[in-house]
Amino acid sequence: MKIAVCVKQVPDSWAEKKMVNGVLDRENVDAVLNDLDEYAVEEALRIAEAHGGNEEGGANTVTLISMGPDRATEAIRKALSMGANDAILITDAALAGADALSTSAVLSKVISDGGYDLVICGTESTDARMSVVPAMISARLGWAQLTFASKVTVDPAGSVSITRVTEAGVDEISAAFPCVISVVEKINEPRYPSFKGIMAAKKKTIEQKNLAAVGVSAASAWSQVNDATPRPARAAGVKVTDEGSGGTALVNFLAEKKLI
Amino acid sequence: MSNVFILADFSGGKATKTTAELATAAARIGAVTAVVLAGAGKGVALAATVNQGPIASVLILESDDFVQYGVAASADALANLIKEKSPAAVLIASHAFGKEVAARVAVLTESGIITDAVDVAADVTATQLVFGGSTTVHSKVSHGTPIITVRPNSVEADFSASSPAIESATANIGDAAKKSKISSSQPLVKGGRPELTEANIVVSGGRGTNGDFAAVEKFADELGAAVGASRAATDAGWYPHSHQVGQTGKSVSPQLYVACGISGAIQHRAGMQTSKTIIVVNKDPEAPLFDIADFGVIGDLFSVLPQATQGIHAKKS
Ligand SMILES: Cc1cc2nc3c(=O)[nH]c(=O)nc-3n(C[C@H](O)[C@H](O)[C@H](O)COP(=O)(O)OP(=O)(O)OC[C@H]3O[C@@H](n4cnc5c(N)ncnc54)[C@H](O)[C@@H]3O)c2cc1C
Ligand SMILES: Nc1ncnc2c1ncn2[C@@H]1O[C@H](COP(=O)(O)O)[C@@H](O)[C@H]1O
Repeated sequence: MKIAVCVKQVPDSWAEKKMVNGVLDRENVDAVLNDLDEYAVEEALRIAEAHGGNEEGGANTVTLISMGPDRATEAIRKALSMGANDAILITDAALAGADALSTSAVLSKVISDGGYDLVICGTESTDARMSVVPAMISARLGWAQLTFASKVTVDPAGSVSITRVTEAGVDEISAAFPCVISVVEKINEPRYPSFKGIMAAKKKTIEQKNLAAVGVSAASAWSQVNDATPRPARAAGVKVTDEGSGGTALVNFLAEKKLI
Repeated sequence: MSNVFILADFSGGKATKTTAELATAAARIGAVTAVVLAGAGKGVALAATVNQGPIASVLILESDDFVQYGVAASADALANLIKEKSPAAVLIASHAFGKEVAARVAVLTESGIITDAVDVAADVTATQLVFGGSTTVHSKVSHGTPIITVRPNSVEADFSASSPAIESATANIGDAAKKSKISSSQPLVKGGRPELTEANIVVSGGRGTNGDFAAVEKFADELGAAVGASRAATDAGWYPHSHQVGQTGKSVSPQLYVACGISGAIQHRAGMQTSKTIIVVNKDPEAPLFDIADFGVIGDLFSVLPQATQGIHAKKS
């Protein structure tokens, strides 16, 4: 099987994020591999390992696909050191500030050119928090959508079934290759890169392409930010130590705020 | 006057509070048509529950494909309807299903999309709170039909009764939308408590409950609140995953959020820090959640909560 995993480099969850000219400032923050994408990489590796492996001469390959700036190679190396075979990084100045629609258009073109059987994504990137890119890729390619999976079962002969878990309930869904899968964080426990994995990752190929090489033209974003204003930071309010009347103090606070 | 679509939102066979919220926001833009996607023969009964909020008409599309092919079929039918009727905007509830339908509709109708709006103005400008609520953003779709998902419990809804005209239209669903087949579907069983994302008050428990949610639940019930949990609590199996609040759980924005025995990891905060008022009960004075609490009690939840529960009870009687 040819498996692709979409991974994104995002600002560290703890980092303070700022908007510059209506776009997230990605230059001046610590960046990491989107943690939800680690589950996608792990699941791809487990699927490959369960059906003939992805080592040299194995039956499968796991290719990372990422769109982002040059420095996204750092996040990609981490996923390579977990055990993915190789990577494609789409970098182009014209993509700065791209929205989910253009991101999905670029990723879809790379995916369709690669002839993959399965594409695996995280459910959400921790910066934009949109949860839309996997569904967009599926709609663009006309491939089956198997998203919010807490369990994935693959038959290498050409079909996949998943358990989809959302706030609405639990569904069992199945489809034939090719499919777009997204995984929730309950699905597995991502492995830590081993020393051997880290050394091997240094030699793995990250093929870097610009838009012309991918063969799509840059579209301007279809939504525009008018303004972005920092909100006053939440300040800590009153703090009391319970010495026998903490619960009563809490009730008094609720009453004072007219919450009861 | 222009026409605006909302995708009517249902739970347990009834229109949710969110449907009225979507209608309230949409009515600022134009006359509201609530689109009801239903299994064959199920439309009229569902439509009858769409009776709150400023809704001018209800349009029913019926097909068993919605049941069998879920998100993709729903998006396809909605996209085809949008192409036919050219509404001024489409408002959809911001949850997993709503966002994915919106994502596909945006692609299929070549339209811009904005997710997780907390408000929408008459000129279709959307307000979002990003980066964990630290920044307010106003944005606008500049291409196609604005597709906007709106977070439940954000818009101050007009719940006045309405009796919209009910019509039907054909659900047009192409083969590309029938590739992933749902073989079984278990809707979430609703307990007696309010729905997490709709509740005015949420009381959550974390690892500090040590698996015993009784004190948290009793306090929640006294307040008429929904019960939430941290990932530590859902991972341990102490509370169902559907109650998890946070980055990979639900985002809630109630009037009051009470966190009990929760330390305040960034992933938990991501789902609750836009709550109007935050109360924290924690044994550890250094717990980071105290930094964003309007009121904090340093203490054992097993003594603070029962006392507070009793205190509220006493005030009521
Ligand atoms: C990809 C990813 C996604 C995640 N998504 C989420 C998410 O959606 N939601 C989420 O919540 N977490 C999420 N997490 C996990 C998050 O990082 C934390 O591990 C988790 O929130 C911790 O839960 P907790 O606060 O209950 O536990 P802890 O951090 O262990 O805190 C327990 C607290 O209880 C206090 N305590 C103990 N006993 C008592 C007592 N008797 N009375 C009062 N206080 C007491 C302690 O002082 C402590 O502060 C995610 C993590 C990752 C990596
Ligand atoms: N720029 C990107 N490059 C590669 N994959 C991405 C990118 N943006 C989003 N994705 C994938 O889509 C998922 C959902 O992202 P989002 O819709 O932005 O919340 C992520 O977990 C990734 O798997």
